[in-house]
Amino acid sequence: MSIWEYANPVKFMRTSGAILPWVVAGAAVCTVTGLTWGFLTPEDYRQGSTVKIVFLHVPAAMMAINIWVMMLVASLIWLIRRHHVSALAARAAAPIGAVMTVIGLITGAVWGQPMWGTWWEWDPRLTSFLILLLFYIGYMALWSAIEDPDSAADLTAVLCLVGSVFALLSRYAVFFWNQGLHQGASLSVQSGERMSAVYRYPLYLTMLGFGLLFLSLLLIRTRTEIRKRRLVALQAREMRA
Amino acid sequence: MIALLRRDLRLAVRAGGGFGLGVAFFLILCALVPFGVGPDTAALQPIAPGILWLGALLACLLSLDRIFALDHEDGSLDLLATSPLPLEGAVAVKALAHWITTGLPLIVAAPLFGILLHLPGAAVPALLGSLALGTPALSMLGAFGAAVTVGLRRGGLLLSLLVLPLYIPTLIFGTEMIRRGQQGGDTGTPLLFLAGITAGVLAVIPFAAAAALRVNLR
Repeated sequence: MSIWEYANPVKFMRTSGAILPWVVAGAAVCTVTGLTWGFLTPEDYRQGSTVKIVFLHVPAAMMAINIWVMMLVASLIWLIRRHHVSALAARAAAPIGAVMTVIGLITGAVWGQPMWGTWWEWDPRLTSFLILLLFYIGYMALWSAIEDPDSAADLTAVLCLVGSVFALLSRYAVFFWNQGLHQGASLSVQSGERMSAVYRYPLYLTMLGFGLLFLSLLLIRTRTEIRKRRLVALQAREMRA
Repeated sequence: MIALLRRDLRLAVRAGGGFGLGVAFFLILCALVPFGVGPDTAALQPIAPGILWLGALLACLLSLDRIFALDHEDGSLDLLATSPLPLEGAVAVKALAHWITTGLPLIVAAPLFGILLHLPGAAVPALLGSLALGTPALSMLGAFGAAVTVGLRRGGLLLSLLVLPLYIPTLIFGTEMIRRGQQGGDTGTPLLFLAGITAGVLAVIPFAAAAALRVNLR
C-alpha cells in the first residue's frame, strides 16, 4: 500500500468521491464561520473597518502561492512517474490559483486605496504577485492551445518548472528594483505575535477554510477532467467500432 | 555544430529581413518615443535606459518564432533531432545564431540610439555591457519559448505571452545597470546579477528547450 496507488484513476475516483462531501462540508464550515467571525471583530483603532479585508486577502494570497507550488510538485510527479491524475490535477489547479491571485490583488487594491491612498503601487510584493498572475495565464493558455493531451501535459510541466524558477527570480529582482510599501508577513512563526488574538484566530480559521476550499475545488475539477478524458476515450472507441 | 551555425546564419542573411529587421524596429521605436513623451532632454533622459531595454526585448521577440518554425515546416528539425549532435547542442547553436542576427547588431547600434534618446556618454559603457550580458539570455529564453510553441498554429502570440514574463529579471537588472551608469553610480551589483542570470539560463535552458522539442517532435 503506497500513495502511488491513488495515481490509478479508478481508485482515485472512488476515494475522492468518498471524501469529497466531507472536504466540501469542512470548507464551507470553516470559511463561513471564519469570515463571519472576522466580519464581527471590533474595528482596529488605526485601520478602522478595513482591517476585515485581511480575512479574505491573506488566505487568498497564501493559496495563490501554495497552489503554484502544488502545481510544481504535480508537474514533477508527472514528468518522473507519468501518473495521469497528477497532470490532470495540475491542470485543474491552475484556474483556481489564478482566481486566488486575482482575489488577492483586488482585495489588496480595495484595502490600499483608503490605507495607502492608492489603488496600485509598484511595490515588490504587489509586482511579484502580478507576475505570478502572468505565469498562471501563460500556463493555462498553453494547456488550452495543445490538442494532444500527453504532449500538453509534458510541455506545461516543463513550463511550470522553468516558470517557478523565474517567478522566484522575479520576486528577488523586483525587491532589488524598488523599495517596498507593503508590510511584512501578517503571521510569522519566529517573530511571535504581531497581530492581536482577536484577529489571529478567525484568520487561522479562514486560512484553513481556504485550504479546504482549494482541496474541494481541486477534487471536483480533477474528477471532471478524468470524466472528460473517459468521454473522449469512449467516443474514440465508438468511432472505431 | 559549426556547420549548423553557418547554415542558420546564411539562411538568416539570404532569406532577407531577418538580419536587419531587429535593428530597424529598434530605430523606429527610438524615433517614436520622442513623439510620445516629448522631445525635451529632461523628459527623455530618465526613461532612456528603460526604452533602450524594452526596444531590445521587443526586437528580440519579433524574430523568435523563426528559430524553429521554418525548420519544423520543412522537416529539417526532424533531421536535426536524429543527427548525432545532441538536441541540447542544436538548441544552443540555434539560440547563438539568433543572438548573432538580432542581439549583436543591437549592441553595435545601441550607442547611436542612446544619442537619439539623450543618453549621456558616461552611460554608454554600462549600456553596452548590460546589452552584451543580457541579450544572450533573451535569445536562449526565446529559444525555449519557441521550442514549446513550435507545433502550434498561431503560436506567435502564445510565444510572447510565455516568454515575456521570463524576461522580467533580465529587464530589471539591465535597466538598473544603465541607470546607475547614467548617474555615475556603482554598476557592479547589477552587472553581477545580470551575468548570474545569463550564466544560469545558458546552463539550464538548453535542456528544457530540448525536452520541449522532443515532445513536439514525438
